[in-house]
Amino acid sequence: MSYQVNRKGYYGEFGGAYIPEMMHPNIEELQEKYMEIINSYNFKQDFINLLKHYVGRPSPLYYARRMSERYQSHIFLKREDLNHTGSHKINNTIGQILLAKSLGKTRIIAETGAGQHGVATATVCALMDMKCIVYMGALDVQRQAPNVKKMRMLGAEVIAAESGNKTLKDATNEAMRDWINNPVDTHYIIGSVVGPHPYPDMVARFQSVISEEIKWQLDEQLGRELPTRILACVGGGSNAAGAFYHFLDDESVELIGIEAAGKGVDTDESAATLTLGKPGVLHSSRSFVMQTKDGQIIEPYSISAGLDYPGIGPMHANLFATKRAKYLWATDDEVLEAALELTQLEGIIPALESAHALAALKKIDLKPEDVNVINLSGRGDKDMETYLNHFGY
Amino acid sequence: MKNRINQLFLDKKENILSVYFTAGYPQLDDTVSIIEKLVASGVDLIEIGMPFSDPVADGPVIQNSSLVSLRNGMSIEKLFDQLIGIRETVSIPLILMGYLNPVIQYGLEAFCRKCAEVGIDGLILPDLPLNEYQENYREVFARYNLHNILLITPQTSDKRLKEIDEASSGFIYMVSSSSTTGAKSSVADFQKDYFERVKAMELTNPRLIGFGISNKETFDNACQYAEGAIIGSAFVKALDGNESLDVKISNFVNQVVKGV
Repeated sequence: MSYQVNRKGYYGEFGGAYIPEMMHPNIEELQEKYMEIINSYNFKQDFINLLKHYVGRPSPLYYARRMSERYQSHIFLKREDLNHTGSHKINNTIGQILLAKSLGKTRIIAETGAGQHGVATATVCALMDMKCIVYMGALDVQRQAPNVKKMRMLGAEVIAAESGNKTLKDATNEAMRDWINNPVDTHYIIGSVVGPHPYPDMVARFQSVISEEIKWQLDEQLGRELPTRILACVGGGSNAAGAFYHFLDDESVELIGIEAAGKGVDTDESAATLTLGKPGVLHSSRSFVMQTKDGQIIEPYSISAGLDYPGIGPMHANLFATKRAKYLWATDDEVLEAALELTQLEGIIPALESAHALAALKKIDLKPEDVNVINLSGRGDKDMETYLNHFGY
Repeated sequence: MKNRINQLFLDKKENILSVYFTAGYPQLDDTVSIIEKLVASGVDLIEIGMPFSDPVADGPVIQNSSLVSLRNGMSIEKLFDQLIGIRETVSIPLILMGYLNPVIQYGLEAFCRKCAEVGIDGLILPDLPLNEYQENYREVFARYNLHNILLITPQTSDKRLKEIDEASSGFIYMVSSSSTTGAKSSVADFQKDYFERVKAMELTNPRLIGFGISNKETFDNACQYAEGAIIGSAFVKALDGNESLDVKISNFVNQVVKGV
């Protein structure tokens, strides 16, 4: 069974491109050209060079000794938090800005939740001298203030989305509306493996560098390429897609995604889409969606702005439906506890998003011989206010 | 099978006025009165909006009417209840317009069957693209005599325009400029080029121009290039205010048609 996208843009029954006609020329152009561009020699050279010399790749695969002792199982951390701009998001924005250049675009738009994708987009726009507009939910503008300031300093215009719950979903709506209104000169850098085909596949390919490195790094350190399992947090699902990518066909490797349960999956303040949602169409693709019985989208909630999204990438919907990957959830409280634990055991302050993956260690049966790789997708600088308020330091 | 949309375009070749409103706005139970008053004011075709929580192709006015409508308690089920019996008083074509997800959740077949029962003639689902329609929806729509109204924009290539013309059976919704609904009204030169280019293609289907039509001037202008035009946001905006629905609706339609 192939877990990759098919010719029509579907992963099993999920995916597609449910776009209004106004977006058709741009999406069709991307669908026709993306593979040719990203497989071209020039693109590959530029991409690899920038990832190495600008982003700082490869990111370390770090054996977390004290965590391993605590959990009585081998724990490796894939240090995406050490990338330039502080998360995995930059892998994708480097790829997409090069693609936008090849397509002759001069104006970049993006949506952002926690601000990590916004900062990563503003960063590559500064690097490539492109005009940059970032849409961010008004609530997130408040709770992720440092990232808003960074984006502005980088020269981006940050526009607060005032509709809905004023979070990631609403920012995405506004970015799509912008693209509809600016069909010629603009490229939309979607930050996750969501949206119409070819975005889920394209973003997964740019992020797949994560699992490519994990393979040879494990081989280098342990003499084996395959871990027992990979754990990664999932909102839209880009860091998980990247961490799973080169292990999809190695069926012995257990793939575990961790969703944000917010205050709990039995409350109405949650963002655990696969647990609470059902198939539907949101943001131009068919996937699992949190919705009412009438098909209206439910406003999600999570302490982590980056996972506060009522949908999930179609690749994950398919991995879930085919049972190739398993999806767990972690609550706000479990996540805060896990973040503090990593901080004090290993001296690494993780992003709230990434702490969801850490929280899952308590929820699975770990054996002493297991090799667990946790994708530490981002660092916690942006979340200091939340941590300080909660822990009272 | 006879369809009121085809009949309209057989009977009338110019100055067709189509009006959109969001069902459940301003009040939940205004749907039928708004339809009847639009008919009484001389409108030729009505697009009934089914509200959605995340209307990405819509600007602020219809975003707001959708939000209010949902807060009022509108749903597809409720809308169908309101429309039962509408054909006893209304004979002009009625179209439902909305986003795909609520339709999918209602159940495609059940939705279409219900449309046929209450007397709906066509559907506009902006996030149902041509290829998906042809592969998975066309047959069901046809079974219930529902026309699918497809959109074209200034960026639509001639090749795709012909494909859309072939796949259309009611009329083509010609979006005046690539934008969300309720964008600034004007007919710029590039729009003129586009209108003339499409007119010269002599498509099989009639065309109505929408987006940015808000008053007599923009309506008349659009009617030079197509069989008629569609007004959405401007009408929804006109439903605000303190006068009775009756007065607001007849004033608006008169202003568009007669300029008074």
